[in-house]
Amino acid sequence: MRSMLPVLFALTLVELGSGLVLGTFQRTLLTYPSLLVLVPVTIGSAGNLGSILAARLSTAFHLGVLSFSPTDERLAGNALAILGLAVTIFPAVGAGAWWLASLTVGARLAAATVIVIAATAGVALALVAVVVALTATYAAYRLGLDPDDVVVPVVTNVCDVLGVVTLFVVVAVVV
Amino acid sequence: MSIRAVATGAYREALPAVAASAAGGLVAGLLLGGMRGELRAVPGLLVLVPALLATRGNVYSSLGARLGSGLHQGLIEPHLPLDERVRAAIAAAIANGLLASTFAATAAWVVLGLIDYPVAPLSRLVSIAVLAGLLSGVVLVGAVLGVTFLAFRRGLDPDTLVGPVVTTTGDLFGLAFLVLAARIVLLGGG
Repeated sequence: MRSMLPVLFALTLVELGSGLVLGTFQRTLLTYPSLLVLVPVTIGSAGNLGSILAARLSTAFHLGVLSFSPTDERLAGNALAILGLAVTIFPAVGAGAWWLASLTVGARLAAATVIVIAATAGVALALVAVVVALTATYAAYRLGLDPDDVVVPVVTNVCDVLGVVTLFVVVAVVV
Repeated sequence: MSIRAVATGAYREALPAVAASAAGGLVAGLLLGGMRGELRAVPGLLVLVPALLATRGNVYSSLGARLGSGLHQGLIEPHLPLDERVRAAIAAAIANGLLASTFAATAAWVVLGLIDYPVAPLSRLVSIAVLAGLLSGVVLVGAVLGVTFLAFRRGLDPDTLVGPVVTTTGDLFGLAFLVLAARIVLLGGG
């Protein structure tokens, strides 16, 4: 686990970048509470999708059944499953965030707007998660590192930061 | 196995965990909305939130991935009492979590100072980060062990479940214990 500490520290610095983006974005988030409720779930779901793919690829790698080719069934099939999950989950997440906000702090955006924001950001993030997970697993393999130590954390954090940035961009365009 | 079979299998296995995790994430969103008081009282805490939550996810999903690979390879047994490999991995995870939390608080304090952004005293940020890290670490070790062992014993793949479970428990307990830690440290005058 000691090999993990430098990676952890580097990822912490990356996440501080995400915190700073969140800071600049704070006023919009406080004005529209349904977007604030959307923040952890959007970031978390993107990280989840990336880490599921990365964990499955790492285990396949440990078992010696993974080949890094676009025609590899495990690779392509798992990537396709991730996109399917994003298309299923994110519209529901948008509806849920709007509903919870309207029950508690009050929703100032239309439900449809929040659903469109969540779905657009979610599908964009799933594409990013697939690319990041494949790249990180391949890099770990080439560098001779244990994918369990390196790939899952790298993928989750990169997805976290890109999650904040993507949400920021989509909100800037839609709202 | 064809691409379609792999995709359908992975989708079906992951959907319940991802959906449950999204529901948990929405609750985490409500917690974030509810901690505005603490965020105002401790300037810099909001900037620290993603780093602290990610530290939980990183440390404990790596623990989960490690246990998952060990189980698949037959190196560890999925029951109590925990064998030595598992206990060593848990101790290392908690130590890594506390070190990374301390580093996050210190780095945030330095960066915010450099860009001339209002920030709470270093001792206050570090105390909150370490206390929250310890409290959530205990809960997360329990969650990771429970999920990987139960999943493996029931013939499910722990790799699919552990990421979402850790991220969600990590966000929920991470935010809840962050509020608690901030209140305790503010009460103690730290």
